[in-house]
Amino acid sequence: MSVYSEIERYNGFDFQTFFDRVTPAQVEAALIKEKLSEKDFLALLSPAAAGYLEAMARKAHNLTRQYFGRTIQLFIPLYISNFCANECVYCGFHRANNISRKKLSLAEIEDEAKAIAATGMRHLLLLTGEAPGVTPMDYLEDAVRLLKKYFASVSIEIMPLDEGDYHRLRMAGVDGLTLYQETYDQGRYALVHKAGRKTDYRYRLEAPERGARAGFRMVNIGPLLGLGEVRSEVFFCGLHAKYLDDTFLQTEIALSLPRMNPAEGNYQPEFSADDQAFVQFMTALRCFLPRAGITVSTRESAAFRDNLIRLGATRFSAGSCTGVGGYGKRQETGTPQFEITDERSVEEVVRAIRDAGYQPVYKDWDAI
Amino acid sequence: MQDEQLKIGGRVFTSRLFTGTGKFAAKNWIPRMLAASGSEMITVALRRIDSGGSNENILDFIPKNVVLLPNTSGARTAEEAVRIARIAREAGCGNFIKIEVITDMKYLMPDNYETLRATEILAREGFIVLPYVLPDLTLAKKLEDAGAAAIMPLGAPIGTNRGLETKSLIAMLIENCQVPVVVDAGIGRPSHAAEAMEMGADAVLVNTAIATAEDPAMMGRAFSLAVEAGRLAYLARMGQESVTAQASSPLTGFLN
Repeated sequence: MSVYSEIERYNGFDFQTFFDRVTPAQVEAALIKEKLSEKDFLALLSPAAAGYLEAMARKAHNLTRQYFGRTIQLFIPLYISNFCANECVYCGFHRANNISRKKLSLAEIEDEAKAIAATGMRHLLLLTGEAPGVTPMDYLEDAVRLLKKYFASVSIEIMPLDEGDYHRLRMAGVDGLTLYQETYDQGRYALVHKAGRKTDYRYRLEAPERGARAGFRMVNIGPLLGLGEVRSEVFFCGLHAKYLDDTFLQTEIALSLPRMNPAEGNYQPEFSADDQAFVQFMTALRCFLPRAGITVSTRESAAFRDNLIRLGATRFSAGSCTGVGGYGKRQETGTPQFEITDERSVEEVVRAIRDAGYQPVYKDWDAI
Repeated sequence: MQDEQLKIGGRVFTSRLFTGTGKFAAKNWIPRMLAASGSEMITVALRRIDSGGSNENILDFIPKNVVLLPNTSGARTAEEAVRIARIAREAGCGNFIKIEVITDMKYLMPDNYETLRATEILAREGFIVLPYVLPDLTLAKKLEDAGAAAIMPLGAPIGTNRGLETKSLIAMLIENCQVPVVVDAGIGRPSHAAEAMEMGADAVLVNTAIATAEDPAMMGRAFSLAVEAGRLAYLARMGQESVTAQASSPLTGFLN
């Protein structure tokens, strides 16, 4: 039993026809429910629900305020290596891309850590490409131990690992795991992941639950919007989150809806979600999963993120640099994985959160 | 009728409304809420305390006359709760500790077994221990024996605002516990707080309903009034409830 069997339940399900047949009455019925069924969730993702955005937004706002209060948890990403053995056609770190490759030494990581800590950030997300030969477990463990001296919480967004390796990183001080499935559509997945270990759809799909078993307190999942048909992608993401939430009572579940930005390699996504659709999807997820964290990164613009504060978002990255090195002054910045849109400093993001009537939370965790 | 004083850990509390620091839109609401509500004890998660850096420290927003009740939120085992309590004491947060051990992140139900183990250890170490539990009379008596200074049963899951879903179980605690019973979690409206106090609860702890209100200070005051009303009603001994109407001028009155 794994999330794979949850996905399999929808083999052969005709999403297009289902979405097209949803009526306004079904949307309204879903909106007044406290506990939404999968069909209710689908109704809120359908074109028919686009006419109910304000009602969905209000419900999302109220649920989020109840369970999270008026707070936004802050974190900052740190890329320590852009070496990668995968060929993800949409990614700037793609192995065939002729970019300057860089892996930070421990001394360089410490410089970055000091520079980031000076901004007041206390929760850090550590990222690498997938190149186990370049960034082996020992290196990752050393990096985490070092970073724990500067940060209250360290999460990882790296290649999927076995439960044993996740456990090693947890023992080194990691408390959260972020891993995006990119696309839940197996056919599309095979098309865009052309080489490397990442070609294994199922190994990646089941990684979040291996992480939960290894004892991470928080697991953050999501699709990369643009690779597959967006409504069904968001649906499967919700289904995945629900499965994790039901199966691992000890684990906090969070999700993200990253939208594709131009990266090196000039991949043109076949699918897209405009701002209206994004708001519909995010608020639908909130209605389906009232307690799930919702993370919004600097892929989104400053103005758009500021508006999402009141619509269900609970976690923001801020002051982000998506190249390797770049926080400390001495390093040169490698090619970024993707272009960020919200380029504000931590201070500016904090001010915007306060202006929206919310409390920016720098720290809500201590590893004891 | 004179109310007896509420005493916990040697401290006398005039207000029977305890509050929390989570979920506020801005930390500067906290002192305003405390002033408006008259609450004399406030709980704060140790994991939310960000000291030493340049960021705002939540402790700076709590007036000195208000008793700090650090809680062990984030703890998954008795050992973790014990470590958090010790850190809180070393950090100057005082001797009070609310034990909160939660291993279920979905419903946020307290783990009664781990909570009892942590209470045993911390009470021996001289802490004033307020364990947050599912209302279970057998457990409550064990907590008393272990040295708990009060018992804090939940009314409904944290943050749900659903009121006293565990009412009949809490009633057993109120009837049989020697230490104060403080209803914690689930109280979503002032009327819920009044209901708990009418039952004879010694105090209530309210966070979400106050912190997420449009005006937390005014809501704090509303809860304070409700707690006082409920307490007075309890002391005044409310009349019996009945399934049938009881006319004020009985039809059979002429027989007397």
